[in-house]
Formats: sequence, structure tokens, C-alpha cells
Amino acid sequence: MMGYSLDFTAVLAGEHLKWLLSGIQVTAELFAGAWALALLLAVVLIVLRNTGLRPAHWFVTTYVEVHQNVPLLVQVLFWYFAVPELLPAPAQIWLNEHNSEFILALLALSFCIAAYMSEALRSGLRAIPPTQYEASRALGFGYLSTMRYVILPQAARLSLPPLINYTLLLFKNTSIAMAIGVHELTYQSRQIENDTFRTFEVFAVATAIYLLSSFAIMALGALYERRAGLQAR
Amino acid sequence: MLQILRDNWVLFLIGQYPAGPLGGLAATVLIAVLGLGLSFPCALLLGLGRISPFRSIRAVTAIIVHTVRGTPFLMVIFWSYFALPIIIGHPIAGFPTLVGALVIYESAYLAEIVRSGIEALPKGQIEAARSLGLNYRQAMMSVVLPQALYNSLPTMMSQFVSLIKETSLGYVISVNEFTFAAAQVNSRLLTKPVQVFSILALTYFLLCFALTQSARAVERHIARRRREDPAVIRPLESFVVEPAP
Amino acid sequence: MISFENVSKWYGAHQCLADINATVNSGEVVVVCGPSGSGKTTLIRTINRLEPIQGGRIVVNGQDVHSSATDLNRLRSGIGFVFQQFNLFPHMSVIDNIILAPRKLRGLSREAASEAARKLLARVGLADKANSYPGQLSGGQSQRVAIARALAMDPPIILFDEPTSALDPEMVGEVLSVIKDLAHSGITMMCVTHEMGFAREVADRIWFMDRGTILEDAPPSEFFSRPNHPRAQRFLSELRH
Ligand SMILES: Nc1ncnc2c1ncn2[C@@H]1O[C@H](COP(=O)(O)OP(=O)(O)OP(=O)(O)O)[C@@H](O)[C@H]1O
Ligand SMILES: [Mg+2]
Repeated sequence: MMGYSLDFTAVLAGEHLKWLLSGIQVTAELFAGAWALALLLAVVLIVLRNTGLRPAHWFVTTYVEVHQNVPLLVQVLFWYFAVPELLPAPAQIWLNEHNSEFILALLALSFCIAAYMSEALRSGLRAIPPTQYEASRALGFGYLSTMRYVILPQAARLSLPPLINYTLLLFKNTSIAMAIGVHELTYQSRQIENDTFRTFEVFAVATAIYLLSSFAIMALGALYERRAGLQAR
Repeated sequence: MLQILRDNWVLFLIGQYPAGPLGGLAATVLIAVLGLGLSFPCALLLGLGRISPFRSIRAVTAIIVHTVRGTPFLMVIFWSYFALPIIIGHPIAGFPTLVGALVIYESAYLAEIVRSGIEALPKGQIEAARSLGLNYRQAMMSVVLPQALYNSLPTMMSQFVSLIKETSLGYVISVNEFTFAAAQVNSRLLTKPVQVFSILALTYFLLCFALTQSARAVERHIARRRREDPAVIRPLESFVVEPAP
Repeated sequence: MISFENVSKWYGAHQCLADINATVNSGEVVVVCGPSGSGKTTLIRTINRLEPIQGGRIVVNGQDVHSSATDLNRLRSGIGFVFQQFNLFPHMSVIDNIILAPRKLRGLSREAASEAARKLLARVGLADKANSYPGQLSGGQSQRVAIARALAMDPPIILFDEPTSALDPEMVGEVLSVIKDLAHSGITMMCVTHEMGFAREVADRIWFMDRGTILEDAPPSEFFSRPNHPRAQRFLSELRH
């Protein structure tokens, strides 16, 4: 630390500030896109599992286990290096012309987090006693109305805390996209560090941005839990 | 795929060892075990700090835990790899950097597991111990921790799976471990990414899945014992196990 | 032996002990009764400081319980406490539950401590259960082990908080008979209970609590035949039904 004096202007001004801002933007896009896609995939997985078809059930179980037991980085590398090989040539060309790193990272993140999110939804659904279903049917509600008015609202309440947890996880793990050269926040802070040797300043700024966003997500979870706790009382 | 395995199994398994540093799957396992072994005592202290009778200790440990949980693991690695050497004045090799970063990161997660395990115990347990005249430390050591740690064993095992998966991020600072070895093989072969990364993913899967299954078996075992044993009044709340990158 | 001097305690705005003044003499057996929520549990838990108090003083054996100068752990090792829910340590065998305190606090070896513990187990009629685990015991057996555990440090005082309320009816008798023996042994005892037959038989005095105060403090003969306070009368008549 001797002789090292902090100087944030090297990081927070001019060209480097632009890099930083574009990094934030890419991180935000990656996060938002992957989150929406993951939730969609998770719902598809849950519906597939609940069809009652054996192959569908088997597929979903395998999907979940594989995505939960392989490191996310390895999944990202697989999407980046291996998946394009498996695609037909036109698709490969299209990918290369359209920012393939970003798209592949987004797909890798969504497919992985979807496995976790579907488990969160499943545990929510499973926690609802079958008597709730019976009670609703006994009142004369049909299957869909039962789902809509009785089962899903309760399941959503139970699934929300883990879903928020996985949202935080997804957000933090967008940083892994840097491994395949996506110009997100972590990547850009490495670039600025290389360019300025202002190691502390860059990492402090990047960490602060990550932390503030994470805390916002955590606060959302805490707020929700407080409200749910009040309702339960 | 078999051909690739036959040609490169040594590199996959132990890296360039003994000519170079230990690498490959062996290094991954070594890093994970070291990481777990070193983070466990830290987690115990942090977890106890979170429920300490002293407000200041609770505040400090809460800040540490939440800060670590809010930071991407890659940022933790970068801090240790690029910033720490400036403070101590000389560079650190990738291997100890990765282990250190894992200890910081995992301590926070394991600490929360320890804390929930303690909080899930019926309050009467600590009251009974204190009523006998045991002091705080004695009550913790003889009564609370043995039960809390036993109950949270399955969760700890799942967290160990997360830890193993996190070691793969050593790749980003070129630590000789399994993912790095696979990337080396991939760039040497150039035309076989599907096979190489399938081998990589499959091996991780077998390792982690085996551990996940044993965690589930332990959990079922504990649940069964709890059902037979009415003395354990409150069941352990199931934790949300956070997956790792 | 135990004296309450102007003891008050609040939970937020709710006062659950209101200016209590009372004394338990050495060797006395006091039974505490009263309607639910009257503060019986709270009162008995303040004696070994499981609950803090906000006003007044509790003196046990000459020591001010709630003073910061008191060696709380030493004080507690001299006060046996038996809980409604037993609170045995499920990860330890019966004998280990009993010898925990003598080993940790007196530094006794396992062997030395076990000898005394076996005598205690014989006294509560469970000599053959030394190596069982709490999960293998019935409720009545568990509570008897808890009593043996509370006696392991030879405390001059023992406190019970509804020791039979969590038990199936057929097990109440075996626990009460252990407590009766104990009551005749000269130990100072306070027992919160609704077992009025037991109270009549062993109590030197009965405290009737209501809304955080001791409304009545009388020997059983007096308390049962002509309670002074209308609320005590109502309480007794409700118990009989
Ligand atoms: N932790 C607490 N927080 C707030 N209020 C409490 C708490 N514990 C007890 N109280 C209140 O204090 C009052 C006295 O409670 P206490 O448990 O001492 O009653 P009790 O006489 O033992 O009743 P019971 O016969 O039901 O065991 C009650 O009104 C109760 O609601
Ligand atoms: Mg009570």
C-alpha cells in the first residue's frame, strides 16, 4: 500500500467512465433477459413435469439434476465452445453476426437458473395440502378455477422467497459471462484495471455497484417476508 | 470421445504433475477439500457471532455475511488476486488465491447454515443447559452445537457441492484445475470442443451428483430418526441451498 | 431462602408481575397455582434469571439474583429447574444428561460423576435406563430423568414449572410420587401445578396468582376450605368441575 494514493477520477471520468457505464448496461441486459427467459423455462418445466407422462417427468428430473450439478462456468463454456458446433451452418453464421457471446451467455444462464426456479415453484406447489384442492372442488370450482383462485396464489407465496434468492444468484452470476468475453461489468472493470492500474478504485466501484444491486434484491425479499409474516399472524 | 480420454486422461486427472504443478481433477478436489476445511472454523465463528449476545458482534458479523453474499464470487477472486498483492507487496500464486477466495466466500454461506441450525433448535435446550449452571461456551459446546451441526449436515454437504462447482472459476485466473485442464486440451485439439466439454461436464456431474445424493440420503436418515424421536420437538426448517456458479 | 421484594416485570406495556413481595423459607414447599396467563411461569423463571425483571429484587440464599455482580452460573447450579417440556438433551444418553453439569462444573471424572448419577436414577426409579436415549423414554420417564438431572448438583432449591402438564394422564402419578418424596426430603421447593390433590398433600403453603400478583398466600387447609378472595373461590370451583 506504500505510496499508493487513491484516485477515483482515473476511473470515473472520460473514456473509462464510458466503459464502466456500458458494462453496467450489458450486465443489466443480461440479467433482465436471462431472468425473464429462466422464469418462462421454469414454468414450462413445471407444466411438463405435471403432465403425468413418464418420459416428460424423466426429462425434467434429468434436466434439473444436470443443471444443478455441473458448474455454471462449465455450462457457459459448453454453450460457447460446443453448442455452435452442433448447430447447422446458417445458425452458426447468424450467431457470429449477432454478438454470439452475449446470446450464448444469456442462454446458458437462463437454462441453468431455470432448473433452480422450477424446483422453487415445485416446492411451493407441493406444500399445498391436497385438502385445499378438495375443498375448492367441493365448493363447485372447476379444475382451472381451483388452480387460479386457490392453489396458485398460495403456491406463489411459498415459492417467492426461494425465487428471490435465485434472482440474486442469477444477478451475481452474470459476471461469469466475462469468461467468454461478454463486455459486462466485471469484464469492463478488468479492462479499466489493465489500462490504468487503478486496481483498488476500479474494483471498489464495481463491487459497490454489485453490492447495491444485490442489497436491493435482498431488501425486496426481506420486505416480502415481513409482509407475509404480518399476514400470517 | 474415448480416444480423447485415452490420450489426455493424465492431464485431466493430475495436470502436468509431477513435471509441473498439480492440476486437473486432483487439484479441483484438493482445492475443494482445503477450502471446506479452512472455511469451516471461520464459518463456526461467524455463525456464532451472528447470534452473539453482544450487539456489536452481531452487527459486524451481519455486515460481513451480507457483503460477501452480495458480491459475485468472481469479484472476490479478483480482489484476492489483483488487490491483495498490492497490500502485502508481492504476488500470490493462483492456487492459494483461489483457496483464500473460497474460504472468504464459503465462510459466509456456511455461517448462515450454522446459524439456522442453531436457531432451529428448541429454545428449551439452551435454557435447560443454562439452568444447570453451564456458561454460554459450555452450553454451546456440549448441548447446542452438537445438535445443530448434526441437523445441518445435509445442508453442509449440499454447500460442499456448491464449493466444488465454485472451484471451476479458478479457470479465470489460470489456476491449474479441472476446467483449466479441459480448456488446455480443447485448445490443443482445436476441433473437438463438443467431446472435450462433454467429458468435463460429465465428470463434474458424476462427482457432484454422487455428493448430492449422499446429502439426500443423510437428510432422509436424520428425518427418520427425528420421527422416531419425539424428544426433538421442532423439525429443522429446510434451508434454501444456494447453488454455486 | 428465596425472597421477592417489590418485583415487577413488563412485556412491553403489559405488566405480567406487579410488585410481588413474598418469601420462601428454607425447607418449605410452596405450590403456585392460578389461571392461565396469571404469571406463574414468569415468576418461577425469574428466580434463576431465565427472565429478567425490571423492578425490585430477588434474593436467593443471600445473593441478589439480578445483580450484575452475582456469579449467575454458580447461582444456577444451586437451583434445580424442571421444565414442563422436560428439555432433555436428545443427543446424550440418560446418564450423560445427568452427569453433564457435575463434569463441566465440578470437573468430576465420568466415573465419579456416574456413581452419583446412578443413585439419582435409582431414586427416581429408572436405574435400568442409564444408557437409553431420551427418544426411547415415555413422557413420565423423561420427566423423572429431568428431575434427576436437576438434582445432580445437589441443589438446596428445586423449581418446577407444571411438571406434569405435558404428560398423558396415566403417567402423572409416577412423576408426582417422585416429587412428593423429594418434598419430604427437606429441599426447598417451588412447584407450579394444577394438581390440587398433590398440593393439599405436600405443600406448606399455596400461592394463588392472578394478573401478575399473589392474591392469596395460605397453608393448604386454609386455602382449600375458605379462600379469601372471590377469584380464588371461582378458580377452585372451576377446578372441581
Ligand atoms: N415472551 C413473552 N412476550 C410477551 N408476553 C409474554 C411472554 N411470555 C409471557 N407473556 C405474557 O405474560 C403473561 C404471563 O404469562 P405466564 O406464561 O407467566 O403465565 P402462566 O401463569 O404460566 O400461564 P399458563 O398457566 O398458561 O402457563 C401472559 O399474559 C402472557 O401472555
Ligand atoms: Mg406457565
